[in-house]
Amino acid sequence: MTTAHHPALQPLAAGGAAEHRPLIITLFGLFVLATLVITIWAGRQTRGAADFYAGGRQFTGFQNGLAISGDYMSAASFLGIAGAIALFGYDGFLYSIGFLVAWLVALLLVAEPLRNSGRYTMGDVLAYRMRQRPVRTAAGVSTIVVSIFYLLAQMAGAGVLVSLLLGITSDGGKVAIVALVGVLMIVYVSIGGMKGTTWVQMVKAVLLIVGAMLLTLLVMWKFNFNISELLGKAADNSGKGASFLEPGLKYGKSAETKLDFISLGLALVLGTAGLPHILIRFYTVPTAKAARKSVNWAIGIIGAFYLMTIALGFGAAALLKRTDIIASNPAGNTAAPLLAQELGGGADSTGGAILLAVISAVAFATILAVVAGLTLASSSSFAHDLYVNVIRRGKATEAEEVRAARWATVVIGAVAIGLGALARDMNVAGLVALAFAVAASANLPTILYSLFWKRFTTTGALWSIYGGLISAVGLVLFSPVVSGKPTSMFKNADFYWFPLENPGIISIPLAFLLGWLGTVLSKEPADPRKYAELEVRSLTGAGAH
Amino acid sequence: MTTQAAPPPGGADTHPASPTAEQFTAVQQSAEFGELRRSYRSFAFPLTVAFIAWYLLYVLLSNYAGGFMGTKLFGNINVAFALGLAQFATTFLIAWWYSRHAARRLDPQADAIKSHLEAGE
Repeated sequence: MTTAHHPALQPLAAGGAAEHRPLIITLFGLFVLATLVITIWAGRQTRGAADFYAGGRQFTGFQNGLAISGDYMSAASFLGIAGAIALFGYDGFLYSIGFLVAWLVALLLVAEPLRNSGRYTMGDVLAYRMRQRPVRTAAGVSTIVVSIFYLLAQMAGAGVLVSLLLGITSDGGKVAIVALVGVLMIVYVSIGGMKGTTWVQMVKAVLLIVGAMLLTLLVMWKFNFNISELLGKAADNSGKGASFLEPGLKYGKSAETKLDFISLGLALVLGTAGLPHILIRFYTVPTAKAARKSVNWAIGIIGAFYLMTIALGFGAAALLKRTDIIASNPAGNTAAPLLAQELGGGADSTGGAILLAVISAVAFATILAVVAGLTLASSSSFAHDLYVNVIRRGKATEAEEVRAARWATVVIGAVAIGLGALARDMNVAGLVALAFAVAASANLPTILYSLFWKRFTTTGALWSIYGGLISAVGLVLFSPVVSGKPTSMFKNADFYWFPLENPGIISIPLAFLLGWLGTVLSKEPADPRKYAELEVRSLTGAGAH
Repeated sequence: MTTQAAPPPGGADTHPASPTAEQFTAVQQSAEFGELRRSYRSFAFPLTVAFIAWYLLYVLLSNYAGGFMGTKLFGNINVAFALGLAQFATTFLIAWWYSRHAARRLDPQADAIKSHLEAGE
């Protein structure tokens, strides 16, 4: 899943496309300019905390559905999945399915109750019935950890893209690009708040869908709109034959990789409904019905997009040389832009350069919109959960709270820049899968227990959140993702003993178990009146903000 | 408000006066709320178990039933690919089905309870 820094990493703009670099930069620049205008406009309308955190709660179900899609379809979806399919065929497609099915957990169990009972953060719901300070601290810590894992993936994607397009291969140049992305996201979030972020995400979702549709049509046109023909050509061209279309190329090697695949599947399907940057989007609509409608729109848009990843990934496998994909980026992250170049007429054609520039600008927009959402989620949680409710014990004014959130944005942005510079050469889909595993372990069990289990206590919540967080992050630390293999983050160190890349199969059941155990061993019983309040509010919306 | 810390202070939202803890408890014990809870849980919980089981079945088949998954159905479309598309189809279908249930059965009950409660009855 992860890949070593490849000595043969070549900027593909080095060919004829190099002359068209001004075009690429212009398109990037146009998107940045448009989004900055939106941000400043949104910033002028942002006054109180409800504006900053929740965009004034005035978005419609459709708008929020579009923004959720923009928040969710990250560099992992676009670059990572297309690349994984291009290299591993069917096994890459498995990501798409897990990422989509997961939305049903959000729809059936989480979106509406969350909208009804919280205000600004995931911590609002986790701490609702519990002792505020310890549970909010736990919720804040886990929000920030999950978001930073996810940010890493996006930053890695940005580095890959830009170095590819602009021919920047020096380490200093890549770090500068990561820093530029970081500064932009700080500006979006600290000035535009949730309103600005939401509009940026909506614009991005439209661009991404249109870009993916364009590539899909071009691919299908080449294959006479015959999917079987496309798959057949992909299988032949991959050099793997029929096995390219069957499960197992990536995960079927051994009993361990098979277990890793189950672990990944669990993390994908249970992670989405525990991602803080997704959860806070449900606060931007006025009612639970609008939250439901936004999830339905999101399922439609995201589902359509993932269906198109079939054409993008198998199209890349069918039309490009496998060795070219790997030479450009060993993890396959550049398969989609390379495909665009090929569809436009090849590396030395103007059409190829234009299409490459357009698709790369779309991918860049994708990354910027997602990092803005992640930064907003973590700075909201820092300000609302940690600063106001833990440090100031609920006694901060609204102006102080919003100021704290803006400063937190700057700090988190700086941390993300630092870490992003370290994670340059990892497969972005793999990194995102780790974020899903941490979210499914640390957040989802407590969300479900809080909403649906009368006896759940503070001790149970703390055991589950910290147990899930520590086991998930700890297992990753001692897995081949971090050390011991040529594909690891630290290639020269070797301290791994956990054989799987994804910790979900251990850490998710463990977090559920700990939540139960902490509750039954708890000395203080749950407060039945608070559960009555939460349950009635979550199901009816009575007293909702 | 008897819950000192939740929802926390510091917001600018305008909303109807929050019901008291006694009112919430009374509603939670009421027959009409019991009915709402039952119609929600008896729909959402089994369906969640079902779609997760169906997804895991698909994952397990991909892992351990390679021969079956590789069976060609027509052209280059094999069982694995068809089952993958079936996961998309069931996801769309379940989303539609739940939303229909919510609009027909849950929303009217929830709205009635909410308006009673906020009218202070």
